Amino acid sequence: MNAISKIARPSRRAVVIGAGLVGGALVVGCSPKDMAGLVSMGSPDLHLGPFGPFIKIDPDGSVTVMNKHQEMGQGNHAGLAALIAEELDADWDKVKVTPSAANAKLYANTLFGVQGTGGSTAMANSWLQYRQAGAAARAMLLQAAATRWGVDAATLSVADGVVSHAASNRTAAFGDLLTDAAKVAPPQAPKLKDAKDFKLIGTMRVARKDTPAKSTGVARYTQDVHLPDMLTAVVAHSPRFGGQPASFDATAAKAVPGVVDVVQLPTGVAVIANSTYAARTGRDALRVTWNDDHAERRSTDQILADYHRTAAGQGSEKATPFEQRGDVAGAFSGPLFQASYDFPYLAHATMEPMNCVAQVNGGKVKLTFASQIQTLDQINTAMVVGTLPGSVEIETLPAGGSFGRRGNNHSDYVVEAVRIAKHVGGGRPVKLVWTREDDMTAGLYRPLTHHAVAIRVGADGFPAAWRHRVVTQSISKGGLTGGGFDASTVEGTEGSPYLAATPVVDGVVYMPDFPVTVLWWRSVGSTHTAFAMEHTIDQLARKAGKDPADYRRALYARAGKSADRHRAVLDLACEKAGWGQPLPAGTARGLAVHASFGSVVAQVAEVTMKNGEPRVGRVVCAIDCGVAIAPDLIAAQMEGGVCYGLSAALFGQITLKDGVVEQTNFDAYRVLRMNEAPHVETYIVPSANPPTGAGEPGTPPIAPAVANALLALNGTPTSSLPFVKPT
Amino acid sequence: MATNLNINGQTYAVQAAPETPLLWVLRDELKLTGTKYGCGIAQCGACTVHADGKAIRSCQTPVAQAAAMKITTIEGLGGTHPVQAAWIKHDVPQCGYCQSGQIMSATALLSDNPHPSDDDIDKAMSGNICRCGTYQRIRAAIHAAGQPGAAA
Repeated sequence: MNAISKIARPSRRAVVIGAGLVGGALVVGCSPKDMAGLVSMGSPDLHLGPFGPFIKIDPDGSVTVMNKHQEMGQGNHAGLAALIAEELDADWDKVKVTPSAANAKLYANTLFGVQGTGGSTAMANSWLQYRQAGAAARAMLLQAAATRWGVDAATLSVADGVVSHAASNRTAAFGDLLTDAAKVAPPQAPKLKDAKDFKLIGTMRVARKDTPAKSTGVARYTQDVHLPDMLTAVVAHSPRFGGQPASFDATAAKAVPGVVDVVQLPTGVAVIANSTYAARTGRDALRVTWNDDHAERRSTDQILADYHRTAAGQGSEKATPFEQRGDVAGAFSGPLFQASYDFPYLAHATMEPMNCVAQVNGGKVKLTFASQIQTLDQINTAMVVGTLPGSVEIETLPAGGSFGRRGNNHSDYVVEAVRIAKHVGGGRPVKLVWTREDDMTAGLYRPLTHHAVAIRVGADGFPAAWRHRVVTQSISKGGLTGGGFDASTVEGTEGSPYLAATPVVDGVVYMPDFPVTVLWWRSVGSTHTAFAMEHTIDQLARKAGKDPADYRRALYARAGKSADRHRAVLDLACEKAGWGQPLPAGTARGLAVHASFGSVVAQVAEVTMKNGEPRVGRVVCAIDCGVAIAPDLIAAQMEGGVCYGLSAALFGQITLKDGVVEQTNFDAYRVLRMNEAPHVETYIVPSANPPTGAGEPGTPPIAPAVANALLALNGTPTSSLPFVKPT
Repeated sequence: MATNLNINGQTYAVQAAPETPLLWVLRDELKLTGTKYGCGIAQCGACTVHADGKAIRSCQTPVAQAAAMKITTIEGLGGTHPVQAAWIKHDVPQCGYCQSGQIMSATALLSDNPHPSDDDIDKAMSGNICRCGTYQRIRAAIHAAGQPGAAA
């Protein structure tokens, strides 16, 4: 029950997407259930094989699993393949994975209602669906063998892609049974295995299938697409958010060899050429005058000052309550513990900058790229072209990273590619390439955020009343996915066990609206809420003279059953980290625990100061993510989640000066490198609950764990990130 | 005017202007797309190739300069190089986009220094960014590939 209700949390983004689509201009008054059908209108018939949309078996016995999700590094393709291979009793070495078509009717995320990847839901939403597909195919193959041999299907067994009848010593490989199996009606409710009978799920054998391709340069990303007669486009964008092109002079650009056209778009001016280098050189020669009448002109320090005034109740923004409990009147009189935290804008900075290959031929569109939310990309494209979403075919490629960036309300870079391809017309392929500079300055950042807390501490040293103010932009506002209260702004503060343990709570959020664009960024609201909660708790523990781990245990006990998993990961991480054991002088441990995307993660970081910068040597990570389908891939996600969060915590910040982004490349936007990377040890809490997230939950705890180690090391709390300020 | 390039032991006559970065000649003209564009300013290492056995950033190497060198790209490693075998054994890649560059830096390191220390690895590999955070598996794979008997 607990796990099921937790699973509902990642679907919040889904609900927002679904609700926004339903309320959007495109389709009014339909239920989310009808959504997939509506957005599939115009889709070509897919020629599905006998085993349905998720499985193809070839005569050589190889099993191909269709991945409805975006593979952006998180390894979901292997997890999904394992679900099918387990129930099918396939030979894991003969299992391949390929991206599915974009088709919401067949391939919707069961938590979203549309096709898309996000919220760390790939395993959670597919857990039953993919296993059922595997079990159904197994039953069909079994029945085919039973009929052929004239025996009862119940007397047969299957292992490694071979059906056996022990009594008569007969065997048949999957490939030999295909023709007969195709005649068997797929069972509607195939029986799934008991967890105790799993042979593949939960083992280290569930490894990535794409490692050889990604270790030899063969893996094909959007950037690598070359199609006959293809053009390449680069776009000049306004240096300010909300700016638009007023006029441009393309004379010099058109004189660059290889440049074939220059065209104005709503978002900028595109230079179209026969190679990437020509397009870039052409853009360098382009002169554009920008209209900044509606553009953001403030610097980030001004925006942050406005946030501080807003949090103090001195602004004009409306406050939206997110958690209110007890009698607030008088609860905050007397001395209060007060702290505030500032979090900068962050760029996703994927290794592969945004890009998309588009072909537009009248109402027919083909997109070849790393689509993350295929249905949104289809809808946004259809609106630009004037066609049905189903007429937008997407060949989904792996992404050179996303961390949320590739899936967004407006399909920003996709729409740009489509507009250029529409201008070119005739179905001629156009590859839109964003340079690193374009990518880093294009916005859709993790929002700049301010938290302010004021806590009255009881005589026992624990919070008696907790006031919490959050100021941050809404991610959902202004897009297809709706507006109003954006729950992601406070997720992780809202629902925190520490608030549950506090009798009086007064939590409100302010969501100012201005032209700088923001987006979900690996773990979304938890990128800042985990820090605000976990660093506050360590300061309170210190004030109370209590050990931070024991202080948390006491609060979890007060919060009740909902904090049992917090307690379990905390205990496991502390045990493995040697919490309380002596460390060399100059090194300290910091602890943080945070629940996100249905999972709970505890991390203990060992921190020293080196050349004036925090250096994290060892991180012990404990996770409860329900049943662990692929333990080594979960470990990889913890390693990666820690590095991604640590990179931002140590160095990451996008700043604006007079509205213009100051960091344009990795020289100014410093990221974690080999010599700064910690060694991460991952421990998984055994669980029989359905799987929850793994891609994002490793990110939130690391920043507060480091801040708490620094607090232990030198007694100084951290009030803003990044830890390392640019000189 | 064509420039002759020696890439992976083969000679190519390329048409690009002499100042064109080698990266774009490899990717757009020769369709050797294993070498990646990441930053264009030699900050991320995704474009790393070997020039006469040394790791260089192809995004900052004009094609005219590359003409005098023996260039090896990820495609030229052959797929069964001990470093690639170690990468596969440790399941290093996540998104994979930076890994061609990582592997080219790692192979250059190991050919100079078959048994690098952690400090040696830090020095040689800190020019290669991985946003997925595969650093600890890269480190383990480099150590493994440097062990005696490491081979495909």
